[in-house]
Amino acid sequence: MTATASVSGAAASFGTHPWVRFAARRLGRLVGSVLVLVSAAFLMIHLIPGDPVRGALGPAAAQSVVDAQRESLGLNDPLWVQYLHFLQHLFTGNLGTSITTGLPVSDVIRDRLPATLQLAVAAFVVAVLIALPLGLAMGVLTRAGRRPRAELSFTSTTVVLAAIPEFLLAVGLVYVFAVTLHWFPVAGRGSASSYVLPVLALAIGPAAVLARICRVELLAVLQTDYLRTARAKRLPAVAVYLRHALPNAVTATITLGGLLLGGMVAGTVLVENVFSWPGLGSTIVSSILAKDYPLVQGVVLVYGAGVLLVNLAVDVILAVLDPRSTIRES
Amino acid sequence: MKRTARWIAVLRTPVGAGAGVLLLAVLLLALVAPLLWSHQATAIDTEHLLEGTSAKHWLGTDNLGRDIFYRVLVASRTSILLALIATSIAVVCGLALGCAPTVLGRRGGRLATAVVNIAVAFPGLLLALFFAVVFGVGAKGAVLAIGLAGAPSFARLTQTLVAGIEKRDFVAAARIAGVGRFRMLSRHILPNIAEPLVVNATIGAGGTLLAFAGLSFLGLGVQPPAYDWGRLMGESLNSIYVHPAAALAPGVAVVIAGLAFNLFGEAVAKGFGVPVLKGSRLPQGETAPAAEVDEDAVLVVKDLHVSFPGPVTPVRGISFTIGRSEIVGVVGESGSGKSLTALAVAQLIESPGQVRAAELSFLGAPLLGRAAVRSTAAARRRLLGTSFAMVFQDPMTSLNPTMRVGAQLAEGAREHQGMSRRQAMNRAVDRLRAVRIPLPERRAHQYPHEFSGGMRQRAMIGMGLMGTPALIVADEPTTALDVTVQRQVLELLEQIRTENEVAVLLISHDITVVGQVCDRVLVMYAGRIVEDLPASELYTGARHPYTRALSAAVPDLDTPLDEPLAVISGRPVDPAHYPSGCAFAARCEFATDRCRTEDPALVSHGPAHQVACWNPQGSAAWQARYPGTESIRTGQR
Repeated sequence: MTATASVSGAAASFGTHPWVRFAARRLGRLVGSVLVLVSAAFLMIHLIPGDPVRGALGPAAAQSVVDAQRESLGLNDPLWVQYLHFLQHLFTGNLGTSITTGLPVSDVIRDRLPATLQLAVAAFVVAVLIALPLGLAMGVLTRAGRRPRAELSFTSTTVVLAAIPEFLLAVGLVYVFAVTLHWFPVAGRGSASSYVLPVLALAIGPAAVLARICRVELLAVLQTDYLRTARAKRLPAVAVYLRHALPNAVTATITLGGLLLGGMVAGTVLVENVFSWPGLGSTIVSSILAKDYPLVQGVVLVYGAGVLLVNLAVDVILAVLDPRSTIRES
Repeated sequence: MKRTARWIAVLRTPVGAGAGVLLLAVLLLALVAPLLWSHQATAIDTEHLLEGTSAKHWLGTDNLGRDIFYRVLVASRTSILLALIATSIAVVCGLALGCAPTVLGRRGGRLATAVVNIAVAFPGLLLALFFAVVFGVGAKGAVLAIGLAGAPSFARLTQTLVAGIEKRDFVAAARIAGVGRFRMLSRHILPNIAEPLVVNATIGAGGTLLAFAGLSFLGLGVQPPAYDWGRLMGESLNSIYVHPAAALAPGVAVVIAGLAFNLFGEAVAKGFGVPVLKGSRLPQGETAPAAEVDEDAVLVVKDLHVSFPGPVTPVRGISFTIGRSEIVGVVGESGSGKSLTALAVAQLIESPGQVRAAELSFLGAPLLGRAAVRSTAAARRRLLGTSFAMVFQDPMTSLNPTMRVGAQLAEGAREHQGMSRRQAMNRAVDRLRAVRIPLPERRAHQYPHEFSGGMRQRAMIGMGLMGTPALIVADEPTTALDVTVQRQVLELLEQIRTENEVAVLLISHDITVVGQVCDRVLVMYAGRIVEDLPASELYTGARHPYTRALSAAVPDLDTPLDEPLAVISGRPVDPAHYPSGCAFAARCEFATDRCRTEDPALVSHGPAHQVACWNPQGSAAWQARYPGTESIRTGQR
């Protein structure tokens, strides 16, 4: 009886505690990151040398206009008062007003965010759809030093593709498929065909990295003792690969894939500028150049929040897929 | 000297040599291009504006008639110099942040770690944009921005490296000796992490180069009239329709330069890491058809060889037979080929390993060679899947961590015995109970990490009992377990043998375990069986000097504590270079000239006893040399 009680007690604590601990730990990290992000976005304006309003309006603007703008932005208040106002506004969804256009920043973001989101999500899906099957297939084909020539060409191709930054790839794609072949439009967002080049430009690099990681992970998993156990059960090769190798190879791939997705969110900035894509990426660059700081602040917050959300999602998916990761971290 | 040799080895690989030459060329270009061609790159030619490729202008001209080819060449210095400065900033800041825990002590270190953890979560480009806003648009701002944006990943790398070094004994020793924090850092930690840090900085420089080109491309980096590759691209993107070369050429330059840094760093990293073993595949071994089948034997092995490219042949000509419900032990030192024998018998040697045998048959069915082709692969898989069980050395790693234990037991039965999911699961629970796992219903739904080591090993055994096993091959099943659990696992194996009439092939380096559990013992040395004898004779009737030395090396309660423990002097034979004579001759105190030149065969010495030795030792001589060995019965593993 005592043995039963102790075992069930242990089982109960296994059932709840690690998950509670995981949630608490993860939430703590999220809150910390959000605080840092918000504070950094707030401090950004104050870290700029000189008067940001004077910078935005240019040396020709009258001092009275600058003073009025400073007053309306609240830049004359003590720093902590400004911070509190900033936080307060943030909670009500008020991100300030663009200096150059006079439009509320939140309206600009609402206008521009969907284009960027479509680009990032489509590119991620494409990258995963290319990378996972390719990487796993290459892993199986080149296991234990088989087909060295295929391995060499796969590795060198992915290394080169991964090394080309997305904006260069974008320019190359534009040259080949838009300028030379006229298959797709050069720039802009309209018909479905206008999505092809930006999505590819964004997806190819991460797909190459992901495929390579996926292959290496699979090779590592193929060497494990538990895979030998699976083979000792004389399962068909397909079952060994799909049931035993895949879930273990994919967990590590997801961790790194998540980092890539975060990078992809940032990569939209460059790709949007190549394709004149009407998203947040072209907005942030033009607003930096125009010194429209409230707008920069708002877009930085959105990008940062996007990255944090992606990281959170990756951690949760990992915890579900690989129950050890929730315990391992503690 | 060793370091020089490694560098030479790196430069000899095709990738290392190619990347090295490329990197040298890029650096040279950055050095000399502005000196040689500055004039051509800035000369304005108003008669040739935005022209295409021509003999005078290889890549055409830009909107002021300047030669694009020379502009791309000259831009190399600005691009590479700025990238290198930014990389240095990233490395220095990263190093400072990463070493902070060592220097600042616990609280400051925790803060630094937290900062790094948060910063590392944001992509570099986003950080760079943030810093570009703070530092202002322009080359200086962009260098600072990219440098600081790269710092978190170098900080993370430094932390990892430092953590690795701090675990080492010499750091602990230095700490106990009272070495100060800064001295610890400069004398003990930094020299040890310098190498990987420099290699990663080289790889990072490639990335920085590309990132910088990105910022300049967006108009946030180098400002006119200065220009770098990114700026050249950005300027010519709008005219890509009329003049694609102007946009593509700087892009190509960026990629080549970035790859040069990247690949060279990777090649060095690989060269200084673990060398990759490569070799040609051996031809598939020819196997003679089986002569007659011993119907009563569970497993028949004749002249088994296992070889790997090199060539290395760790198992060379092993023959034995296991009868029904017989427990046969295989003992020998590490590297004697016992585990490979087990894997070869189980058909689990992976390419590039090769298995050859005159005969290898299980329950009368051939497993190898032409004879095996006759029975179909599917039938053979089913036979092995239901009747042949494996138990591996390390139960901590032998179960799939992402699958529930019950499902891992059940899948074999579903595959080979055609059970439904429910039937297989019930059987799994029943088998877990059979191997004395408490609360099997609950345990079946748990993951391996929720099991203790002994329980996992019992689950592994239970997995083997899902079918109707005729043979369990247990490869060091108790080595990874602690002593009390070892006992339980061995008792379980013995009990299964008696209840289910299962034969067991028990591989162990622990002669005590083998002597206690087995009916018969095979002693292996250097890929051969040197003695095959009943377990009851292991301590009294062994005739091969190696077997005797093995059993004499086991201490017991009567072993005098003031004398050194008995050891077998010398080292095991390198499986790539076997001597022409007896492999044990170099370590054998009875060795004669014949032993060193002629290899002894395994021949019969009385009933159920075979020895491969030119000078088998008799009991009398044995007693004279090792008085009191009768008491060698028990002892540690």
